[in-house]
Amino acid sequence: MSVRDDIAARMPGGDAGLIVATLATAYILYVLAGVVLGYDLRGQLNSLATLTFYIGVFAMLSLALNLHWGYTGLFNIGIVGFMAVGVYVMALVSKPLYVAGGAAQVGGLGLPLIVGIIAGMVAAALLGFVVALPALRLRADYLAIVTIAMSEIVRFSFLSGELQQFQLLGTRVGFGGGSGLILDFVPPLEALFRSVGLWGVYLGFVDATKVIVPTNPKPVVDGLIYGLLLLAGVTVFFWLLKRTGESPFGRVLKAIREDEDVANALGKDTDRFKIKSFMLGCALMGLAGILWLMPQGAVTPNFFRPRVTFFIWIALIIGGAGSNTGSVLGGATFAALLYQGPRYFQNLVTTVLPNLDSPPGFGQAVGPLISQLDPVPFLLYTIDSIRQLQLVVMGLVLIWLMHNRPEGLLGHRKETASVISLSRPKAAAAATDGGSADGDVQTDGGVDVADSNGGVDDE
Amino acid sequence: MGIAETYSRGREFAIERPFALVLGVIAAYLLGDLLLGLVTGQTQFADIGSLVWDGLMRGLVIGLAGIGLSMTYSILNFANFSHGDYITAGAFSGWSTTYLLAGLGRADIGALVLVGAGGSVYGGTLGIGMLSTPLAVIAGIVVAGGFTILLSLAVDRTIFKPIRDEGGITLLITSIGVAFALRYLMQFVFGSDVRGTTAQPPSVGLYLVDGTVFIDAHDITLLVIASGLMLGVHLLLQRTKLGKAMRAMADNEDLARITGIPTERVVRSTWIIGGGLTGIAGYMFILWKGTLGFNDGWLLLLLIFAAVILGGIGSIYGAITGGLVIGLTASMSVLWIPSAFARAAAFVVMIVILLVKPSGLFSGRSTA
Amino acid sequence: MSDASQPVDEVATKVDEGALGSFASGVQTTEEYPLRVEGLRKSFGGITAVDGATFQVESGSLTGLIGPNGAGKSTTFNLITGMIKPDAGTVTFNGEDITGRDPHEVANRGMVRTFQIARELSEMTVLENMMLAPQRQRGEELWRSVLPGVRNDVREQEEELLERVWEVLDFFDIDHIAEEYAGNLSGGQRKLLEMARALLTDPDMLLLDEPFAGVNPTLEKKLLKHIHELREQGYTFLLVEHDMDLIMNNCEHVIVLHQGRVLTEGTPNDIRSNEEVIEAYLGGNV
Ligand SMILES: Nc1ncnc2c1ncn2[C@@H]1O[C@H](COP(=O)(O)OP(=O)(O)O)[C@@H](O)[C@H]1O
Ligand SMILES: [Mg+2]
Repeated sequence: MSVRDDIAARMPGGDAGLIVATLATAYILYVLAGVVLGYDLRGQLNSLATLTFYIGVFAMLSLALNLHWGYTGLFNIGIVGFMAVGVYVMALVSKPLYVAGGAAQVGGLGLPLIVGIIAGMVAAALLGFVVALPALRLRADYLAIVTIAMSEIVRFSFLSGELQQFQLLGTRVGFGGGSGLILDFVPPLEALFRSVGLWGVYLGFVDATKVIVPTNPKPVVDGLIYGLLLLAGVTVFFWLLKRTGESPFGRVLKAIREDEDVANALGKDTDRFKIKSFMLGCALMGLAGILWLMPQGAVTPNFFRPRVTFFIWIALIIGGAGSNTGSVLGGATFAALLYQGPRYFQNLVTTVLPNLDSPPGFGQAVGPLISQLDPVPFLLYTIDSIRQLQLVVMGLVLIWLMHNRPEGLLGHRKETASVISLSRPKAAAAATDGGSADGDVQTDGGVDVADSNGGVDDE
Repeated sequence: MGIAETYSRGREFAIERPFALVLGVIAAYLLGDLLLGLVTGQTQFADIGSLVWDGLMRGLVIGLAGIGLSMTYSILNFANFSHGDYITAGAFSGWSTTYLLAGLGRADIGALVLVGAGGSVYGGTLGIGMLSTPLAVIAGIVVAGGFTILLSLAVDRTIFKPIRDEGGITLLITSIGVAFALRYLMQFVFGSDVRGTTAQPPSVGLYLVDGTVFIDAHDITLLVIASGLMLGVHLLLQRTKLGKAMRAMADNEDLARITGIPTERVVRSTWIIGGGLTGIAGYMFILWKGTLGFNDGWLLLLLIFAAVILGGIGSIYGAITGGLVIGLTASMSVLWIPSAFARAAAFVVMIVILLVKPSGLFSGRSTA
Repeated sequence: MSDASQPVDEVATKVDEGALGSFASGVQTTEEYPLRVEGLRKSFGGITAVDGATFQVESGSLTGLIGPNGAGKSTTFNLITGMIKPDAGTVTFNGEDITGRDPHEVANRGMVRTFQIARELSEMTVLENMMLAPQRQRGEELWRSVLPGVRNDVREQEEELLERVWEVLDFFDIDHIAEEYAGNLSGGQRKLLEMARALLTDPDMLLLDEPFAGVNPTLEKKLLKHIHELREQGYTFLLVEHDMDLIMNNCEHVIVLHQGRVLTEGTPNDIRSNEEVIEAYLGGNV
């Protein structure tokens, strides 16, 4: 047991407490940075909303990956492909019908957003099935190669001119090719609140927030509420996966991860379990992709580069594969420190030093450093290139983790795979006590068993 | 053999090897489609000739880079996802050298070293080519190989070696970290623009039935260098003690340890040979296609994996054959499907191979 | 798919009668020879590990399968249980041809094996290992495990299973290590766990591959005793063991495998006096 487990144990509220504490720390850091920057309230709220958004999506995605890798031992490095299929199918179903001369080059089927979301998840699950059916029998490293190849096939397909637009059910739809799709359906929050008849109430609430944010509070409030919805989504994912793990189904998954042959020899149709686990995880990845891109207004295929998959893997490994709590913590830590952190830092610097021109390339940055020992251009270039360097840092973090803490922050968490606590039921405990009192434990134990069972059968 | 027997055999075959049957049908259909195209004049022989040549060139690059991947895959037992970025690193180091030698005195040294980052200098303007600046190109090839050897040895020493016993998946994940760190470090230094690197090389046109297939000087350079290196590796593995040791290691690492082959030396040799070939493959790839960007190696990597798996992990002949098949598939698939799906077609070939014969074409013959 | 389509009630009954239910009720096997192996053959590259093995195992018997190292005993087990597919030959279990079936299908039909090198699921506790074994658990359907409401059925069954699990743990006297991770057990304890786990699948027949290797003599005695008890309840055992004495003292029928073929078979006395066996085993060292 690791030191971190003790921390979790001593934490008020246990795992939930740990998650809340981590989130709180992240928020406090961001608020403090905002204070240093002299952000006004609006700026602060916006930065918190963005942070919450990324914590939400990365936590969801790393939970879904935990089902694949942590629970079942399926090495999926094509996550982004399932996200893409989820989003694109959702767009196809829910974008409004095509009207000539509109902003959108292609339309959708004009069905409600919820139908689109479900269709997206189903499509992602089906893609999972198509990949899983042949590939699950393969070694982990082969599955890795197949899944990443699949995700690239998906990206190329959405990039291709052939699928840019086509006719479906008599209307002009499509995936938009390289220029992407405008997500011109009703904004998700509006759709949600309208569907429960609370849109008016929500607008009233937004209006009330003018006390805090005097001018145009809606984008700010929208951002915060959407962030909160994502956190609710994380809770649902967590609940779902916890129940999945703590069940006979999860027990078989765990056994497959440990030694598939044994599970098979014990009568479990391991392929079926793996396919189900894979499909469920893929559906969740599709959903997470939808929730990530839905509010962005547009989607392009090149968003779905393998690097997003890489982000999710780092998040999971930071937290510790196998543990749901770890997945959430990893997602949050990754979002706050590695993903948003450097960008935030860049904002910080450009806000504090707004008028400095960074050199256009590495040459101009290094030149002065070599010839005049002037580090300023190099530093500026570094700050300016933070989005690339961020990936270098992530790569190094991953290497460091694999060297020093492959089991992640939470250590090797072993959550019991059963619906109930497995300690000895009271009645049985009494029976054995009687048996062992006789001294000759072995024989009596055996006979006891036979007897007590005979009794049960007689009833 | 009676008809009934033939029928029942066929049925048995169809039931036992459904994939093989489906594949056969698909292959027959594609071939028929192609022949029909030729007969009706929709497809030209010369077009096919050009595509075959293009595929062959691409296949040589993939095969050359694939040897290194295949060797590390079998001897060190992990799929090295940073291999693609070794290719890019080789390309940048080599092209930096070529630019420097070809453009010295004609452009700013910084711009040359950074391979014309940000459009500061163009390979075309410098007139770079195998025939126009042969020394610069050859020096570039040597540096590409040498630098990649150093890089792969350094990465192995600091990153892979300490966790070599942790198992293939740990190493695989780590190599993804290496890949990203390397790739974006290169982007940081060399910028993200895709630059043209060569002047138009002279070419000869070969008349083929109904048109001309053009073959340029860089195609020939690639052909000569790649075949030469492949032959060299073949001789090395077959004729030298080191080669025998490496083959033994690929077959069974424990056995090799017991029989006293200095495994660390073999591992180092693997990186040296693999790294050298990979770096040179990277350089030749750029010379052949005439453009260079920081993503080139990564984009090639999945095709290389496809080739290596297709050929059978651990077999260098498999890697070469697999490379040619994948290269030809990627190039020739446009005869049947839209070009946007050419790369996808190569992946599909790989996936199909994994289904039908997961051990690859040259299975069971490690590094031989 | 057959599992899923089975009516719920039937599934439930199967489990209810499972595991220890059969301790008392005995196992019903209709066939006189539940396991028949004919002309089984398997080569690995150049080595023919099993070369036309033919034998049968009598219902309710404790049959020994012996042979020198490398004779092909474990491979035979692998072939029978579907872990590897034979090049030729057939395996019939309870009158059904199960040649080349997947291991889980074989296990579902009531034949379960243990492994020569115990394959515990090391990051699962002993209890989790045991709870895994019973067949056709309701909660193995994902939706039942997840949806509120139906999950109560799963919980109920888990409680029943748990009781049986503890009974079996007591029976094998490994209840004191129930909460341990299986990876932390000693070699002997792993063997016990494997056998206990196999038993919980409610098999008709158990194939035990060197169950006593690494087990101390006291434990070995105890295990043997359990095996005899179970056999009396109607279980059929096929036991691989290379300790001749053990086999001779405990099995009523012995099959000798040599270089992948059945060299001879018979009662322990027959075997003991068989020249060929002595030759095969001792290579003329007598
Ligand atoms: N998977 C395998 N690959 C190659 N050879 C094998 C494999 N399994 C078993 N063998 C070989 O088959 C022969 C029989 O092995 P085995 O069945 O384990 O014997 P036993 O259990 O009787 O000691 C041995 O020579 C062994 O090396
Ligand atoms: Mg054996």
